[in-house]
Amino acid sequence: MDAHVQTIDLNAYYGAIPALKNVNLEIPKNQITVIMGPSGCGKTTLLKTINRFLELTDGTRISGKVLIDGEDIYGQGVDVTEIRKKAGLLAQRPYPLPMSIYENVAYGLRIHNMKHGRELDQAVEHHLREAGLWEEVKDRLRSPATGLSIGQQQRLCLARGLAVEPELLLGDEPTSALDPISAQHIEQRLLDLKNEYTIVLVTHILRQAKRLADYVVFMYLGEVVESGPARQVFESPQQERTRAYLEGQF
Amino acid sequence: MKRRRFEENFFKGIMIFCFLLVASSLGFILFIVVMKGLPALNWAMLTQTPKGGYYLGKEGGILNAIIGSIYLAGGGTLLALILGLPIAFYVGVYSRKSKIADWVRLSLDILWGVPSIVYGAFGFILMLSMGMRASLLGGIITLALLELPIMTRAMDEVIRMVPRDLEQASYALGATRFETAFRVVIRQTLPGIITAILLAFGRGIGDAASVLFTAGYTDRLPGGLLQPVASLPLAVFFQLGTPFPEVQQRAYSAALVLTFIVLIISLGSRWLSNRLSRFAHE
Repeated sequence: MDAHVQTIDLNAYYGAIPALKNVNLEIPKNQITVIMGPSGCGKTTLLKTINRFLELTDGTRISGKVLIDGEDIYGQGVDVTEIRKKAGLLAQRPYPLPMSIYENVAYGLRIHNMKHGRELDQAVEHHLREAGLWEEVKDRLRSPATGLSIGQQQRLCLARGLAVEPELLLGDEPTSALDPISAQHIEQRLLDLKNEYTIVLVTHILRQAKRLADYVVFMYLGEVVESGPARQVFESPQQERTRAYLEGQF
Repeated sequence: MKRRRFEENFFKGIMIFCFLLVASSLGFILFIVVMKGLPALNWAMLTQTPKGGYYLGKEGGILNAIIGSIYLAGGGTLLALILGLPIAFYVGVYSRKSKIADWVRLSLDILWGVPSIVYGAFGFILMLSMGMRASLLGGIITLALLELPIMTRAMDEVIRMVPRDLEQASYALGATRFETAFRVVIRQTLPGIITAILLAFGRGIGDAASVLFTAGYTDRLPGGLLQPVASLPLAVFFQLGTPFPEVQQRAYSAALVLTFIVLIISLGSRWLSNRLSRFAHE
């Protein structure tokens, strides 16, 4: 397997409380990896270690390694902004920046000094198309992004994340705040994008996991219980706890 | 059921009473100032400096104090902003919960409570030790000190209201804290920051005690940073202290002008912040 992200003996703590226990994982390149498990099992914590978001919460601590392209992202001299640029995040609730629709997508390109002038316009259009939002907003690019519906906002956040040309897309239950149609939109986008990006998705919706996953990680109480290709995990889980979860016992 | 409805109405009544109390105080103050100040207000008051016999009720105006006050409060507010904005961003974005941030907040809260005459005396001693006379510069520095805690704490409060998710949206794109503060947080908080600046300006332009020793008073227009300047609060103070009714009435005119300046700046900044908040989250 061609691992894009790898964790080695990864432990995470909130104060003294362990949230991740010895997580060893390999996340395959250009596939959708779904991390599932009941609430509080450490799914989101695991996701946050991949873009170094965990350290934004006070009192968190980490041991072990997380490798992206073989590079330890917690190593010395690593530029955290480069890691976050590499690993785009789609949060639970969309949070447009307090700017226009255009500026939301252009923001990342501006801070990383990637595009200027006409190139910037073209990039904004390209990524809005990629997120499936262009047709709906092309006539009001200068309007406040907060005026969009929540489903549109989430696609705008997707476009904004794609604009800085990440390698990875992390989704933290990105459809949980959306209506079914908007959720479907996002799911479709993720399926379209997986050829170019490695996607890691946290969800507690089993059906969504089955629809999207190429590779599945099942977590329980901070541990990875089972991981493997989606078909294998869904059809013949090796662990009793995975089986119980898939049957809806907890 | 009856008790709950009574509760509702009772507290609603208290709220309406409080509103009326505040609104009528404002109305009453404005009424007195307008009623007493308007008759003496004329074109000469606004466009001339005091002539020879002005303090005896003869011709001249308070242009020296109008211009002086605008210079003093404008300069003081600008200086306070230059110092206060980075402080507010430091405690609000860079180190939200650190010990240093707590100490900064505590210091500012104490400074907020220091009476303005103490600032005036402090500025005066500082100037004496540096061999300076009462001057525009001295007044500006003292007013900046007076305004700094008000402005910074007001900005800190609005910056603290910024949802962490919004900052994280910026971090997730690989933004630094500086970019997040000065490109995202500032846009979200701009209306609040403008209010903070206005609050400080209003406090600065209306303060008499802090400029009494530090800026001095003169019948001439401001001549330079190192020359003394007049100010409206002191114009009110001096004129009310004379035994002549005509001059006392002019004190109310000066107060009216002062109130009017604050009013214009309030309305202007409200208009501005409404325009600027178009992009912000609710």
